[in-house]
Amino acid sequence: MERPISFTLNGRATRITVDNERMLLWVLRSDLGLTGAKCGCGEGLCGACTVLVDNQAVRSCSTQVKDVAGKRVLTIEGLARGGHLHPIQEAFVKHNAFQCGFCTPGMILSAYALLAEKAEPSLDEIVNHMDDNLCRCGSHPRVLEAIEEAAAAMKRGV
Amino acid sequence: MKRREPAGDPSRRGFLALGGTGLFVFFAAERSPAFQQAAGQGYPSDWNAYLRIGADGRVTCFTGKVELGQGTTTALAQMLAEELDVAFDSVDMVMADTGVCPWDRATVGSLGISQFGPVLRAAGAEARSVLLEMAAERLRVPVERLRVAAGVVAESAAPGNRVSYAQMVGGKRIERHVQGAPLKPASAFRIVGKSAPRKDAIDKVTGKAKYSADVTLPGLLHARLVRPPVLSARLRGADTSAAEKLPGVRVIRDEGLIAVLHERPDMADEALTLVKAEFERPQPGPDDKTIFDHLVKNAPTPRVVDEKGSLAEGEKLATTVAARKYMNGYIAHAVLETYSAMASVEGSRATVWASTQVPFRTKQEVAQVLGVPPDNVRAIASFVGGAFGGKCYGTPPLEAARLSRIAGRPVQVVFDRAEEFRFGRLCPAAVVEIRSGLTGEGKLAFWDFKTYGGGPQEAKSFYDAPHQRTLSAGSWQATSNPPGLHPLGVGTWRAPAGPTNTFARESHIDVLANMVGADPVEFRFRNLSDKRMRRALEVAAERFAWKPAKTPSGRGVGVACGVYSGTYMATMAEVNVDRESGQVKVKRIVFAHDQGPTVSPEGTRQQIEGAIVMGLGYALTEEVRFQSGDVLSRNFDTYEIPRYSWLPKMEIVLIDNPEAPVSGCGEPPVINMGAVIANAIFDAVGARPLQLPMTPQRVLASISTVQP
Repeated sequence: MERPISFTLNGRATRITVDNERMLLWVLRSDLGLTGAKCGCGEGLCGACTVLVDNQAVRSCSTQVKDVAGKRVLTIEGLARGGHLHPIQEAFVKHNAFQCGFCTPGMILSAYALLAEKAEPSLDEIVNHMDDNLCRCGSHPRVLEAIEEAAAAMKRGV
Repeated sequence: MKRREPAGDPSRRGFLALGGTGLFVFFAAERSPAFQQAAGQGYPSDWNAYLRIGADGRVTCFTGKVELGQGTTTALAQMLAEELDVAFDSVDMVMADTGVCPWDRATVGSLGISQFGPVLRAAGAEARSVLLEMAAERLRVPVERLRVAAGVVAESAAPGNRVSYAQMVGGKRIERHVQGAPLKPASAFRIVGKSAPRKDAIDKVTGKAKYSADVTLPGLLHARLVRPPVLSARLRGADTSAAEKLPGVRVIRDEGLIAVLHERPDMADEALTLVKAEFERPQPGPDDKTIFDHLVKNAPTPRVVDEKGSLAEGEKLATTVAARKYMNGYIAHAVLETYSAMASVEGSRATVWASTQVPFRTKQEVAQVLGVPPDNVRAIASFVGGAFGGKCYGTPPLEAARLSRIAGRPVQVVFDRAEEFRFGRLCPAAVVEIRSGLTGEGKLAFWDFKTYGGGPQEAKSFYDAPHQRTLSAGSWQATSNPPGLHPLGVGTWRAPAGPTNTFARESHIDVLANMVGADPVEFRFRNLSDKRMRRALEVAAERFAWKPAKTPSGRGVGVACGVYSGTYMATMAEVNVDRESGQVKVKRIVFAHDQGPTVSPEGTRQQIEGAIVMGLGYALTEEVRFQSGDVLSRNFDTYEIPRYSWLPKMEIVLIDNPEAPVSGCGEPPVINMGAVIANAIFDAVGARPLQLPMTPQRVLASISTVQP
């Protein structure tokens, strides 16, 4: 059923009228023009559609819009502020932690959720947290390095 | 065959002599040898087709190559910057847009650097020579007394007497050419051979990178097609009435094509679920278990890939003989971006955005399906979300074009994950039979290799058997196979035929080494005179700290060698095998790589790491399952690709070999992974899986054959 729904999107109050049972991914991509979140599998199995809802990583392909009412949604487009990359983005660039880049927005936001919860995760904790984010190009070792480096940089307050 | 180059490409026109301007003008085909060779491959022979120098000093490089993630954007920018003598940072890349880029056949086969690279370098070198001549006239100093750095030409003795490329060119096209502009020798390289920051980095970490499903136009409609449940099923009819009742849904029927369209992709998905379609299913063919017998039985007459000596003579020399049959299932590309395309057809003109490795072929095919001249079609492959050979095919651009013409609006067609598995062109299932023998000294006496269904690439052995024969019957080239040989679509998959043929050969070499109680590395050296392969094996053994032992040693270490497209590789692995569950964990991979010269060591390492990770998949889990024609692998729960938790420790050694011809690194490093893990499993448990992927079930079955 079409009804108005309000949430914070990348720091801005947003109010749209949509069928609130639609999945967040398609509303972001198609209604709101934010295409950073990708559809890789459509069933919450690959993580390419990952966005943050109140700092938790969620699969936007399997999250209904009504579930984000009143919450803070962050997509990859909202991560860099004032022209400055977030330390996680910086670390991904430095380590070339991507090839095709299709999974990258989801990887970065999953890493963000981890570091928001735990500032100094161990390598095993990073692996466990990231394990359901799939990458076909095999950038995994570089992503792990990037997350470790970003954690250190964020701790230093960079 | 159609002419390869677009007829309207200005770079292919002969240039009129501009008598009044004082500029020398030549006809394209008569110029530098590098460009004559380029033209022979179909590339334009005017350097203007590849680069423009703007008034702001920025250099725009145009190439028909596609950025698939492999880093071509960066490596090509390095090559152009090097020859042109401009800063790497000043080069902007425009790629894979048939409207503005020079013709290119395809981004495949790890050929971007080895085949297109020299053409781009020749363009840069000629442009540099032209600019030097222009600077000489302007500065009134002979060319010999000029120096170029970062796009500025200066008199060597009086650096204040200078002029920049931008000042001379200012964004204009320079109708001037020189003959035989020399390429820089490798010893003079300052940019090539060193790692450069990826040009696509910022776009990819900020979400700005646009893949074809991200492109949008006013009025865009998303289409879902009524597709058959089985590849060759025929549509009998479809009831679309329920779908049509959904608000905003439009149904289009056009010669066997039925589509539901909506402004929102998820609403189009929903509409598709309401369509009741009936199909006529073909007789069920082989399934994923019977496919191997099917391939051997139905393969065409084998062709001889290579033959030396006489197998009968070799049999006489042999004191030990081993015969084995090796198998590999169908493997999906399983890239994260499914095949997608968007078309906007207006009158007799069309623009198509497609996730493709072959934008120029896409342009031709779309023109054909629309019945318009090729130059009315512009195909663009901006960022592509992984390809590995799979995006050389695909119907979405053609479907989107047909639907857009009928709808009168832009239309997007995107495969869902199940469609990607069902209609993607897979790495073919294959069988390899090897029979071989050793002399009393443990040297190869004969080698008889037959490959069915997979293809002939790198089937020929590089070991020294005096009597050998390599046969190949059927391949990944669907058009060359008898109908029905492969019940699923097949095509190019990273290093076509390489993984299967290498798995078979290198497994069998270990079988032989084991039979004579030899260490697998020592056994290889004993039978190997190829210098590059020996060197790669030496380098790998040194880094791995390989300690010779008879197999199975219980340590779980293995070795495999491979060559693909002129790249030489030796891989060593250490694995842990859980005898209870059959689960294999790869703990360490050492990889020695000789591709000749390297443009970007960092880029090469990324390709190798990626191939090692990807190789874990086909080695251990990846196999498209099918039964009665139905593809049972539908998503990442029923088709498991490698994850973070699978990662081994990886050590990569790039062998410095600047004298060798340049080859590629995109495909080759994937080929050794099945073999090296199989050999390490054997070393661990004394049982050899003969079939890929080596699932826990298959590993347990192998173990049960050797346990009392």
